[in-house]
Amino acid sequence: MKALSFLEADGLACARGGRPVFRDVGFRVEAGAALALEGPNGAGKTSLLRLIAGFIAPVAGTVRLETKEGAAAADPEERGRLAGWLAHHDGVKPQLTAEENLAFYARLYDREADVIDTLDEVGLMRARALPGQYLSAGMKKRLALARLKLTARPLWLMDEPLAALDVLGKRLAAEMIATHCAAGGIVVAATHEPLGLECAKLTLGAL
Amino acid sequence: MTPFLALLGRDIRLATRAGGGAMLALAFFAAVAALVPLGVGADLKLLGRIAGGVLWVAAVLAALLSLDRLFQADFEDGSLDQIALAPLPLEATAFAKIAAHWLTTGLPLTLLSPVLALLFNLPEQGYAALMASLAIGTPAASAVGAIGAGLTMSVRRGGLILPLLVLPLMAPAVIFGAGAVIAALDGLANGALWLLSAFSLAAVLLAPFAAAASVRLNLAG
Repeated sequence: MKALSFLEADGLACARGGRPVFRDVGFRVEAGAALALEGPNGAGKTSLLRLIAGFIAPVAGTVRLETKEGAAAADPEERGRLAGWLAHHDGVKPQLTAEENLAFYARLYDREADVIDTLDEVGLMRARALPGQYLSAGMKKRLALARLKLTARPLWLMDEPLAALDVLGKRLAAEMIATHCAAGGIVVAATHEPLGLECAKLTLGAL
Repeated sequence: MTPFLALLGRDIRLATRAGGGAMLALAFFAAVAALVPLGVGADLKLLGRIAGGVLWVAAVLAALLSLDRLFQADFEDGSLDQIALAPLPLEATAFAKIAAHWLTTGLPLTLLSPVLALLFNLPEQGYAALMASLAIGTPAASAVGAIGAGLTMSVRRGGLILPLLVLPLMAPAVIFGAGAVIAALDGLANGALWLLSAFSLAAVLLAPFAAAASVRLNLAG
């Protein structure tokens, strides 16, 4: 995992489908910290995450992700190479088993990691041979968490990481976030529920 | 190389498993090719002449059948977000998907074509040209189709728009491909295969860039 220094946004404005979503959003997250994005539906939490990931371009403002080597990833695609993504659409293929799904992403992200161990950590050991179409929403979320861990990106962008998870699952997710931060990573999570750890909050209001 | 092979392998696996488009395209190709002799009637000379053209049109239509989900399936379930963040340039991603589509559609169609040509009583000197032209030309169908699939991935019922975008662009391949078979039947020098090669090469080299651009556009949308 590449060591990060900080993630900084300044004067961000975003428009979707020609309508403004938010403007003048700024924050700074140091390595080892988490930021919780809050706000009503439609406030632009997901848009902000997609903007940080480099999928969409801001109307105004800048995002900077700086690594310890001092290289600032202002280029959106370069930033994306440091980001791990977890969202509602979990990217689990219905035709592939849980293990095949995870093994594919391990190879796609060029990671020499133990797929079975990671499945065990998120409590999917018994479901590993089950095709994705038979996994419940919570199990898919656990699989997405496993992928996030396995791909070992220093910046985690999470959209509703706790949704669909049971009590144990929520605890698992909170532990994973805490562990990731402790290892020097950065987490930005859009959430309606408390993440279960101390972190800064950024509230987006609907325009 | 690992990320590229991972994506190629996964797409081949998805295409050949239940619900994938590979067998469907092959069955469609066979059904269309088997219907035409029934419609045209038992004029063996005529059937032999039109075999190349009919099989080429059927092959392009069959390839289109499984193309509309090339990016759409990954776009809808969030896989494309994950793939876009992977250490593989989107151009290489598009190339892997084109290659996987050809290996599961164009290649099987080419291998099946001589069997279907029997239904048309294609004279024996035509078989080599038919298979060669399909082998050379079907990668162009996958490549040009990938551009259309990239553009229509976020459009509901995009599968209906896709042929309108792709079929006109495939006209040169059909002309040269069917022309190559006719030239072989008439014992003429076969320049059509060279022109088809040029078209196919250009399509396969340029399409990944266009498809990658359309993926970026849709991820931002």
